[in-house]
Amino acid sequence: MTAPPELPPDLRYTSEHEWVRREGELAVVGITDFAQSELGDVVYFELPAVGARAVAGMRLGEIESVKTVSDVFAPVSGEVVAVNEALRDRPELVNSDPYGDGWMVRVQLADAAELDALLDAAAYAALLLGT
Amino acid sequence: MSAGGARLAFDRGAAGRRAADVPRFAGTPAPLPDARLLRDELRLPELSQPELVRYYTELSQRNYGVDSGTYPLGSCTMKYNPKLNELIAGLAGFTDAHPQAPEEAQGTLRVLHELQAALGELTGLPAVSLAPAAGAQGELAGVLMIKRALEERGELAQRRRVLVPDSAHGTNPATAAMCGFTVTQLPTGADGSLDRVVLARNLDGSVAALMVTAPNTLGLWERGIEEVAAQAHAAGAYLYGDGANLNAILGRMRFGDLGFDVVHLNLHKSFSTPHGGGGPGAGPVCATPELAPYLPAPIVGARAGDGFELVRPERSIGRLQQFHGNAGVLLRAYAYMRALGLDGLRAASGLAVLNANYLRALVREHYDLPYGGPVLHEVVFSGSRQRRAHGVRTYDIAKRLIDYGFHPPTVYFPLIVEEALMIEPTETETRESVEALAAALVAIAREAAEEPELLHDAPRSAPIGRLDEAEAARRPVLRWSPGLDP
Repeated sequence: MTAPPELPPDLRYTSEHEWVRREGELAVVGITDFAQSELGDVVYFELPAVGARAVAGMRLGEIESVKTVSDVFAPVSGEVVAVNEALRDRPELVNSDPYGDGWMVRVQLADAAELDALLDAAAYAALLLGT
Repeated sequence: MSAGGARLAFDRGAAGRRAADVPRFAGTPAPLPDARLLRDELRLPELSQPELVRYYTELSQRNYGVDSGTYPLGSCTMKYNPKLNELIAGLAGFTDAHPQAPEEAQGTLRVLHELQAALGELTGLPAVSLAPAAGAQGELAGVLMIKRALEERGELAQRRRVLVPDSAHGTNPATAAMCGFTVTQLPTGADGSLDRVVLARNLDGSVAALMVTAPNTLGLWERGIEEVAAQAHAAGAYLYGDGANLNAILGRMRFGDLGFDVVHLNLHKSFSTPHGGGGPGAGPVCATPELAPYLPAPIVGARAGDGFELVRPERSIGRLQQFHGNAGVLLRAYAYMRALGLDGLRAASGLAVLNANYLRALVREHYDLPYGGPVLHEVVFSGSRQRRAHGVRTYDIAKRLIDYGFHPPTVYFPLIVEEALMIEPTETETRESVEALAAALVAIAREAAEEPELLHDAPRSAPIGRLDEAEAARRPVLRWSPGLDP
């Protein structure tokens, strides 16, 4: 990367390029701007059903872009309580607004302490600069 | 493109026109089936014969194949398919053979028997089945054979893992997963070969097999593969070889001599049989005598007296498809091998490697080469420099090559190379055509710096310009209807 990317400071990040936003006892999960830029135009999602269990570090779903198919890993553990249904018809939301309308799932946090183990914006930015 | 060029057969001609006269029926009409089953409004194209011929000629002229020009699609070995192959495979003795009367096709069986022996000799793995209809099916057969062998050894319950380097073909982990194994991906070291420390750490009693693509998708040989084989065997695991890149080592190195237990080949790559348009292919599987009893059926055996017959190996994994394999493809591969002979095959692999390295030398200053040093059959450049400095992506570079009259190379594969451009010229290309391709790549690198919009808008010369692949995948239009803009 030539310039430090703009990263929302209030999010937590994984080295696999997912982000998490805490909303009380819930966590919103998506993929980062860097991830969507590397994937290119996203065309399809395979997301877990509401009620599924997310396990931190394990596969949560799959993203298909015009270039490749990638796994999405759960940054935190807990029950999936909402899935972004808009992505089914408009997967491009992940490209246009990765931190907003392109969110993927909401998870009922099983252990909020897991968030502390994730990268903060500065640490994630350092990781991107190292790539 | 001109509006006329996009017209489909339905939009041409006029009511009542015919391309051929059908003789009047002179027999006794049979009663019609239930009229409710018949459609009374079926719009069919109505064209005169010249209109029809012009339509298909126009379509065929939009095609780009290895018969039209350089087709350097990495990992695909798009070599020229000699026309002699077609002549041989078209002989009536072969084409008239009926798959349900195999015993009567003694000539065909003899040729297939000789092909089995030749592939066994070339790979050093003497037990061969020609049944798999494609490379991926050959892989499936090979891993199922390993699974069956482990089952008989009573070790299948504990050997649940298959190790796959990240420089392998993407079908390898898919095959292992399809066979019910858990896939562990192994990282590639800086020299482009397996990280041996990680390998040693992973090789234990839970491993069924290590699947190695040799040469790998970086166009590099796996260094010390004999030691890797010994390590795998010491741990009780099998060594599977993806032989899709055989064109680099044909007639020079044998998988069996290096310690591989089973490999699949892609005859439609290495042995010059057609594989445009999705096939058909042929993916024979070659194995050690230990694994021979598990080969997929049928194989061609020599009868005790004379002649040949189709046989099912003792503890075969079974059949992979109806009938006996893609005989037409197998015959073409046989014709190619007999025409070239061992010396010719060796010369072909030498030229293929020379061409890839010549291209690498001509282009290397203009694109990044993440894994430096000489390569085998293909070379993987990276468009990272162009992306960072000029906002041009590998995708744009590939599309621009169309304007220069070349088929684009493989892009964004292997995944371990950022913005990958994977180029395999094969031995088919002459010195001049390798130089012309290199000159185009160098010119495009210059354009990326000076006029990047040329690349963003490419191709400009093709009948259809830049397609919106994302939109096509997100909202595919799967059915033509009258008035739909093609």
